[in-house]
Amino acid sequence: MRDPQPKTSVEQRRAFLKAAATAGAGAMLPGPLAATSHGYRVGNARAKRVIHLCMAGGMSHLESFDHKPELRRMHGQPMPESFTKGQPIAQLQGKRLTCLAPQFGFARHGDSGQEISDAFPFMARIADDICIVRSMQTEQINHDPAHTFFNTGTSISGRPSMGSWLLHAIGSECSDLPGYVVLTSVGRGGQSQPIAARQWHSGFLPSNLQGVQLQSIGPAVHYVSPPPGVGMTDQRALLDAIAELNRGFAGSVDDPEIAARVQQYELAYRMQTSVPELTDFTDESERTLEMYGTRGGDGSYASNCLMARRLAERGVRFIQLYHRGWDHHSGIQRGFSIAAKEVDRATTALVLDLEQRGLLDDTLIVFGGEFGRTPMAQGNGRDHHIRAFSTWLCGGGIRGGITHGATDELGYYAVEDVVHVHDLHATMLHLFGIDHEKLTHRYRGRDFRLTDVAGHVVRALLA
Amino acid sequence: MLGTRHALPLVLTLAHALPLSAQVEMRPAEPVRFNRDVRPILSNSCYRCHGPDAGSRKAGLRLDVRDDAIARRDSGAAIVPGDAARSLLIQRVAHADLDERMPPHDKADALTNVEIETLRRWIDEGARWQAHWSLEPLVSPAIPDVENASFVRNPVDRFLARRLDAVGMEPSAQADPRTLIRRLHVDLIGMPPPPERVRAFVADPSDALYESIVDDLLASTQHAERLTVYWLDLVRYGDSSGIHGDQPISMSPYRDWVIDAFHENMPFDRFTRDQLAGDLLPNATLQQRVASGYNRLNMKTAEGGAQEAEYLAKYAADRVRTTATVWLGATLGCAECHDHKFDPFTARDFYRMAAFFADLDHKGYYADAHRTGNWGPKVGVPTDAQAEELAERRAVADRLDQELNTDSPERARTRKAWETQTLQHLAEQRPPVLGQWRKIGPFRAKGHRAAFDTAFGPEAPDGTDPSRPIRSLRWEEKPEWRDGAIHRLHGDNSATYLYREVESSVEQNAQLSLGSDDAIKLWVNGESVLDKFVARGVQPGQEKPEIHLRRGRNTLLMKITNGGGGYGFYFELGDSGPPEPIVAILKTNESERTDEQRRTIREHYRQHAPELTELRRRLAAAERSLTDLEKTVTTTLVSRTRDEPRLTRVLHRGDWQDESGDVVQPGVPACLPGAGDFDTSRRTRLDLANWIVRNDNPLPARVMVNRLWKLCFGRGLSPILDDLGAQGERPEQLALMEWLASEFRRDWNVRRLLRLIVTSGAYRQSSEVSARARERDPENRLFARQNRFRFDAEFVRDQALAVSGLLDPTVGGPSVKPYQPAGYWAELNFPKRRWVADPGDAQYRRGLYTHWQRTFLHPSLRAFDAPSREECTAERPRSNTPLQALALLNDPTYVEAARVLAARTLAEDGEFETRLVCMFDRVLQRVPRADEVATLRHLFDAQHARYAEDPTAATAVSTVGQAARPTVDPTEHAAWTAVARALLNLHEAITRY
Repeated sequence: MRDPQPKTSVEQRRAFLKAAATAGAGAMLPGPLAATSHGYRVGNARAKRVIHLCMAGGMSHLESFDHKPELRRMHGQPMPESFTKGQPIAQLQGKRLTCLAPQFGFARHGDSGQEISDAFPFMARIADDICIVRSMQTEQINHDPAHTFFNTGTSISGRPSMGSWLLHAIGSECSDLPGYVVLTSVGRGGQSQPIAARQWHSGFLPSNLQGVQLQSIGPAVHYVSPPPGVGMTDQRALLDAIAELNRGFAGSVDDPEIAARVQQYELAYRMQTSVPELTDFTDESERTLEMYGTRGGDGSYASNCLMARRLAERGVRFIQLYHRGWDHHSGIQRGFSIAAKEVDRATTALVLDLEQRGLLDDTLIVFGGEFGRTPMAQGNGRDHHIRAFSTWLCGGGIRGGITHGATDELGYYAVEDVVHVHDLHATMLHLFGIDHEKLTHRYRGRDFRLTDVAGHVVRALLA
Repeated sequence: MLGTRHALPLVLTLAHALPLSAQVEMRPAEPVRFNRDVRPILSNSCYRCHGPDAGSRKAGLRLDVRDDAIARRDSGAAIVPGDAARSLLIQRVAHADLDERMPPHDKADALTNVEIETLRRWIDEGARWQAHWSLEPLVSPAIPDVENASFVRNPVDRFLARRLDAVGMEPSAQADPRTLIRRLHVDLIGMPPPPERVRAFVADPSDALYESIVDDLLASTQHAERLTVYWLDLVRYGDSSGIHGDQPISMSPYRDWVIDAFHENMPFDRFTRDQLAGDLLPNATLQQRVASGYNRLNMKTAEGGAQEAEYLAKYAADRVRTTATVWLGATLGCAECHDHKFDPFTARDFYRMAAFFADLDHKGYYADAHRTGNWGPKVGVPTDAQAEELAERRAVADRLDQELNTDSPERARTRKAWETQTLQHLAEQRPPVLGQWRKIGPFRAKGHRAAFDTAFGPEAPDGTDPSRPIRSLRWEEKPEWRDGAIHRLHGDNSATYLYREVESSVEQNAQLSLGSDDAIKLWVNGESVLDKFVARGVQPGQEKPEIHLRRGRNTLLMKITNGGGGYGFYFELGDSGPPEPIVAILKTNESERTDEQRRTIREHYRQHAPELTELRRRLAAAERSLTDLEKTVTTTLVSRTRDEPRLTRVLHRGDWQDESGDVVQPGVPACLPGAGDFDTSRRTRLDLANWIVRNDNPLPARVMVNRLWKLCFGRGLSPILDDLGAQGERPEQLALMEWLASEFRRDWNVRRLLRLIVTSGAYRQSSEVSARARERDPENRLFARQNRFRFDAEFVRDQALAVSGLLDPTVGGPSVKPYQPAGYWAELNFPKRRWVADPGDAQYRRGLYTHWQRTFLHPSLRAFDAPSREECTAERPRSNTPLQALALLNDPTYVEAARVLAARTLAEDGEFETRLVCMFDRVLQRVPRADEVATLRHLFDAQHARYAEDPTAATAVSTVGQAARPTVDPTEHAAWTAVARALLNLHEAITRY
């Protein structure tokens, strides 16, 4: 970066830079901002970043990580009414309820002997690294509100998502990329449920804490490419002129926002370089590309996994991948195997790649959907289900090779060591050394938190 | 932490460490006042457990009600008026033992010494309670006398100056004319002023000219548009459903109604009434019904599997939150699950408010709306031109209809002839004999089109052989299917085939009357007769093919296909003679026919007589042209009352599945005046609206004044715009607030109020911050200066379009689509959509008309903090991010504005500097300083040299966007475009000082 020639006096320039340092902090480089509460950092941080792999649409626990032989035996028989009476049901309302057998075999893997479905042959290799939670529960039975609940701890829109909370609490480590990045991919094996941008919104927290979605079509960040006929040298010249004019104006008006704006323009310029560099996969080795099963840059889930590692390396705090291929109301056998094939190899590669680069120890990975699916058949598929679903965690501070919690014999209710979404949030924050009850923000006169009025740290999951 | 707080002396020298109220008002001589001094302490530290919420109350003690707080209890009274030492409250908050001290140390910070001292003095002075300031009756204070002639322009300034004087501060000097007039334009119309107006005002900065400019601006449509932007945030206006598939919903007539209302300066009470209950007014006009669309602006779902009752509960809660925030500045939404923690609202109040809206005819789950676009009650709102054209076409249709239905003597004569002929015909006719129907299907396909196009088998020569199964389906006999009736079929995205045989004793033609839901194909004797792909509901006579029958056996095969929803067909053999009842009448002697029979015959004749075919054809064409036009009329959702209001219960902890709560009737919060009036008969939304604008309701005037003040100062008199309750902030300029609110409530005249504000000396102050002012009042709660702030998102866009001359000033109409990055909508589904940028003038409309996709708002608007409008928003954040820089630098909208501005500048005669002066004039309405000229000269020269060597690049940058490019030298144009981009990216260009 060239040093622009200041037109103002040395004193003014010094004062200006000082102001800029104060005003600019927190715009894209959020440091720990003044949340209303203090003292939420209570322990040692085990994790430095999160990679949330969201199997959007609602991955079936019965085809993935929750082995239910009894359900296989009951196939085609009526679902006992004792399970379903008075329970909210999405599309099966008023229909006859019969059991649908698990569509895949299960086997034990690794030294830990974790049970994983045959649909995930690659993941079987990381059985000893992952901690499977079979007793997840949520409160929202349709996609849109369930994602909102999983991200913000409530289904009311307007609240911050977990990535924004984390940035709010401990800031970002990355100076030329947003601290919270979102990537999405489409699956071929289920209807691609829409994902609203509110899922990564910062709600009532400052808007610089919101997630920035990297686009899979066109430039990765909106407006990151200079206009046609304008090269980076031209853009630099323009930015220098803008900075000079803004500084000159700051000399006549005492307005700290001007200094902040100059900083934001510099950051914008850096993003114009760092984002193309981020999305240029030519520096990846053949071996790596082979491991993930992608050439990169094609908008696939595999490509996004590779991108997640690149983002993790660059210090991005919260990385969220949505794979929109898991809504299997019908044809779950075929749909699930397609979706599983799309994510199995790359997810495994991501874990192993982070491990070999020494990043897994402080990267918390969360893999799972916004809810599970019914043991009851919907034709040859399954409906949405909130009383039980499976998620696995891995890396930063997580005890690998264990299975936590259990469902009943048909996989309907989580009955043992239930982990509510609020508990997951509490545990995630705990891994960052944050007390979820103390990380609050006052808005409209009330202290809000990610875990609302609930949530317990699940100590059994911790290494 | 605690130690240092304890060390603070009561009379303060470390002024900046404490809130302003404590700095300037805690003078020992002045008595402590409950609302100003005590309530904030109790609300922040005590009410969570000892406040209005019975559910979370500890030890049965409440401190928000005097009787409870002073009641004698076992251990003594919490508060003993006049005796702080004996009051348990004081003992506990100052307790040395951490475990005894209140509030509990793990729940909240301990009180500071100053706070404890305040409580102590208040109790010693008698512990006098006041109702919360915003709930107290609104009384207009007397206008104070002040001596500050250079500052005071109207009563606003007298209040302001009196209060400043009381705390030893002074108002700021008036802003310079250029800054002032630019500020006025940005605040009132959301765009900078035309340069000539600035020059005129700088030349003559008189009150007279200033006020005449104010009046011009307030009367303009641009001003109405500016106010509308804010109102749309409040009422959460969007152009899409906001949930799941986020499908488009047409609501723009509501938005235009708001613009019109502000433009005609509709009194705020009427404005309120029309929106909450326009449909319930006697003889409601179309416009009033459109206004009632307010109640339908909530987000809506068409997500398969959504629970009706759950979403009805969500929408009800949203209506309560929105209505309470918009008109009462109250966070009544907090009482959805429990009594309010800080304000005297109960959960019962919440559900009684919800009950006002239980009469609305709407749904929780809009099944199939993503396909049908049916989101409940709506009306068409024609433009003036459309209304005129509709009237014309209706007149033509009416005239033809009249002609067809008038019985002239001539008509009677021809009818008689037709009767004779028909009877004769009947005697000779040999009608074909129709065999029984057979059916096979449904055959499923990927979509409707595929179902229609795929030949599943029955079309084949032997496809109708009843013994042959097709794709594991078999032909079924359908003896129960009678002709002349609609029969239902089943299956989405599928095809069903129907087959029958027809015996004819002679070779003849016959006419069929067919109907289908959705599409239809027909073969007679293997020949295709009809092939129509269409989506519709079934009606008799939708198709009237004439078929040829040979002598003997004929075959008839019909294929009916369906996309989704209803599925069925209609079949009737027509025109082989009149139907049986008509024949019976014809055979009756004319003189013996009843009146009814005569009417029937006349009607039948009109519909079937060959000699009237041409007239009927013209009538049908006229009616079709009328419906075609009606279909192009923009619709908007409206309120409509259902037969029986839905039952409203108090939902325990907001749980929609819990049916144990009390059933409640509509009512307003019990703590507000007039609540008792709602306890008798069932009240309506109209009663709610009338109550809101009642003379003794203290809230709406305060709320609205606060918000209009915010538009002119960047922050409210009470800085928390959505909460005037206990957790909001008491205005530092309370008397001013009270006076303005009283003035406003006199006539609910929005324009008069705004005029009062912007013509005041207070408004005209400079926004410069002196070191002393920064120290005394860093957040400017006393308004001893103006504020400076960035334009709202829409106005960032508007100013670029305005200064470049691209702006299309059209007011109203359906929302438009400016350039948006490709692929931004990839996440949307049901259905998948693609954003297509509007061509022509529609590309250059004001930001307020941008299609408001709630889940994927336009990225440039979003970058500048425009809200998604999923929820009511009373205040937007004002961030400063690199995404804003990227948008202004690279969004084609701004690049195009720059290159068009460059071309305009090039059209001026003169050297570089002359032209630059002209460009500065347009964008910033001032002349450039020497250092600015030098910087831009340097940029221009370098870019000029660079583009001279690369004409392709020069042409590329000077042709961004759809606007026509004048014939100018591309190198010059490209270099000037760089200069224009620099100006449009300046902080100053998007900031109002």
